Amino acid sequence: MELKEKFISSFLAVDDYLNEDSVLHDIRSAAIKNFEASGFPTKKSEAWKYTSLKSLLHNDLSIFPRQEATVEFKDVRKYFLHDLDTYKIVFVDGQYSAFLSSTTHEGMDVCLMSSALTKDKYKAVIENYFNKVAPQDGLNALNTAFAKEGAYIYIPKNKEVEKPIEILNFYTGAESSLMLQPRNLVVVEENAQVQIIERHQSLSGHAVVTNALTEVFVSQRAQVDYYKIQNDRPEASLIDSTYVKQDRDSVCSVHTFSLGGQLIRNNLNFYQHGANAMSIMKGITLIEGKQHVDHNTLVHHIAPNCESHQDYKGVYDDNATGVFNGKIYVEKEAQKLNAFQQNNNILISDKATINSKPQLEIFADDVKCSHGCTIGQLDEDALFYMRARGINEKEARGLLMYAFANNVLESVKIPELKKRINRLIALKMGVQIGFDL
Amino acid sequence: MLNIKNLHAGVDQKNILKGINLEVNPGEIHAIMGPNGAGKSTFASIIAGKEDFEVTQGSILLEGEDLSDLSPEERAHKGVFLSFQYPVEIPGVTVTNFIKTAINQTRKAQGLEDMPAGEMLQKIKTVSEMLDIDRKFLSRSLNEGFSGGEKKRNEIFQMAMLDPKLAILDETDSGLDIDALRIVASGVNKLRNEKNAVIVITHYQRLLDHIVPDFVHVLMDGKIVKSGTKELAYELEEKGYDWIKEALK
Repeated sequence: MELKEKFISSFLAVDDYLNEDSVLHDIRSAAIKNFEASGFPTKKSEAWKYTSLKSLLHNDLSIFPRQEATVEFKDVRKYFLHDLDTYKIVFVDGQYSAFLSSTTHEGMDVCLMSSALTKDKYKAVIENYFNKVAPQDGLNALNTAFAKEGAYIYIPKNKEVEKPIEILNFYTGAESSLMLQPRNLVVVEENAQVQIIERHQSLSGHAVVTNALTEVFVSQRAQVDYYKIQNDRPEASLIDSTYVKQDRDSVCSVHTFSLGGQLIRNNLNFYQHGANAMSIMKGITLIEGKQHVDHNTLVHHIAPNCESHQDYKGVYDDNATGVFNGKIYVEKEAQKLNAFQQNNNILISDKATINSKPQLEIFADDVKCSHGCTIGQLDEDALFYMRARGINEKEARGLLMYAFANNVLESVKIPELKKRINRLIALKMGVQIGFDL
Repeated sequence: MLNIKNLHAGVDQKNILKGINLEVNPGEIHAIMGPNGAGKSTFASIIAGKEDFEVTQGSILLEGEDLSDLSPEERAHKGVFLSFQYPVEIPGVTVTNFIKTAINQTRKAQGLEDMPAGEMLQKIKTVSEMLDIDRKFLSRSLNEGFSGGEKKRNEIFQMAMLDPKLAILDETDSGLDIDALRIVASGVNKLRNEKNAVIVITHYQRLLDHIVPDFVHVLMDGKIVKSGTKELAYELEEKGYDWIKEALK
């Protein structure tokens, strides 16, 4: 039996557990039908031209772990931003870990999707927002059909959340072939503010595939800063789909740090429904070996006077492959727009590859759109300059790559996180640079 | 200190330096002048170890040691400093962090511990005061958005911090207004002592009013065709280079 059929038949098994009356029941039934119709994406589809899931989607994959796994805090401590007080929503093999988490219901909800999906208290929000922005086909439909757990974040009007929220997904390897389906919902009401850090981390050398789906709703004048740390083991793969709907005068930024994993596919989509909205997408990709990272972005400009900024930097070594596919779609009504897209890449090895493809579709006539893409090697003149000052070649290369990626880090608003990413990058470069940039 | 014998070098089969001989002793200042395309910057880069150029004949000795097989950083560790004609912009690395890294890597190569932070700060303070550099400037990204003059002053700042045995100043005067030129020149003069030496590469005599050379050499078509004292620089300023060309025919 093919994986697709296997998943569809296992849906029938879960279906029995679901309350027939719930809204969810209909959503999930529709989702599995959509998945049945569309299946997994293949390279035939334009959006997946450079990324093949074929080798990942083998028939042994299963969606539900057969046993519950636990992890000790000491084993995962280093994956938390431990020098900072944060809210934490932690999952181990897709199951909520109350022991590792630190949630809240005081003046907002930072908790679990499973309770949000089942308790009456959250019904109104779920009905208004759940599954309302992510298109329902292929992997999204699969997630919707099966997702039971994830983070649920609801920030009411005028609330400025003082601590960042960490969403951590650990994978233990207790079960060898899991395809996890985490599902997050973030609703930020008018004039509220929140910072979120999301991380997927495999704790063993077992292969795991995560198909994560996050929906973010940013109401008028609200601000969301979302940070994604993707620094997993080389056996772990992640498909991370994020859909952001913005109202007028809102600001949303998503920083994606892709530093490790077998295959990472980021689908990052912004829909600007209100005037004066600002969307910021930044990314640093730093990979080696046979790793593959694909950034697929979309900004859909629907309202006037909006802005979008995209800045993705990539450094590829060995046989690593990268993809940047950035689409800016400007509706006729989206006048006075300022859209900017930049993708700069450095190939360290002759065998590394990057496919960079900007796409602009503009139907408004009074807009400012710019895009630029560069692919190159490290600047030899800069390298000589540094070496002539006594800096060893290895350090000079490291420092240059640091410098190359640095302006993406500048906009990180959580100093502890910035420091952490800096350290991860230095480690990755194998350089001891005697200072924090 | 520096002993260059019959140096031939080039790139892609094209000879640029065609037999240069030069001897620089401790405490001396040498000026190298010449028309555009004579090979002045190539000469400077080759001493600093730029790998784009191939040395086909001859030798470069620093204190008796052949530099030919040494990397640019190894040459720097032995006390060679090149002030670049076009300093490179390195966004994201501050002037301070860059110079700290350079100093500590040099010290490491010399078997020394990192310079203590207090000492480093004191040195930065002294040198920046000497060169009239605003402290704010030191926390800016290296050369990024610097004016031509700021870039050159930053080169001399680094030179003062690294305290080299042999400093080569490649067109340090270009892009400098007269006030900046005076500051830079007085900085170079203050760093001079009987143990170090300076090679000044320039088009114009103007800088040599402030950094007074012991010897002036004319580099043309890859060779030193004429050497003299500082008066030669005045003569070149007045008459250009054609008369030398004529005389050589």
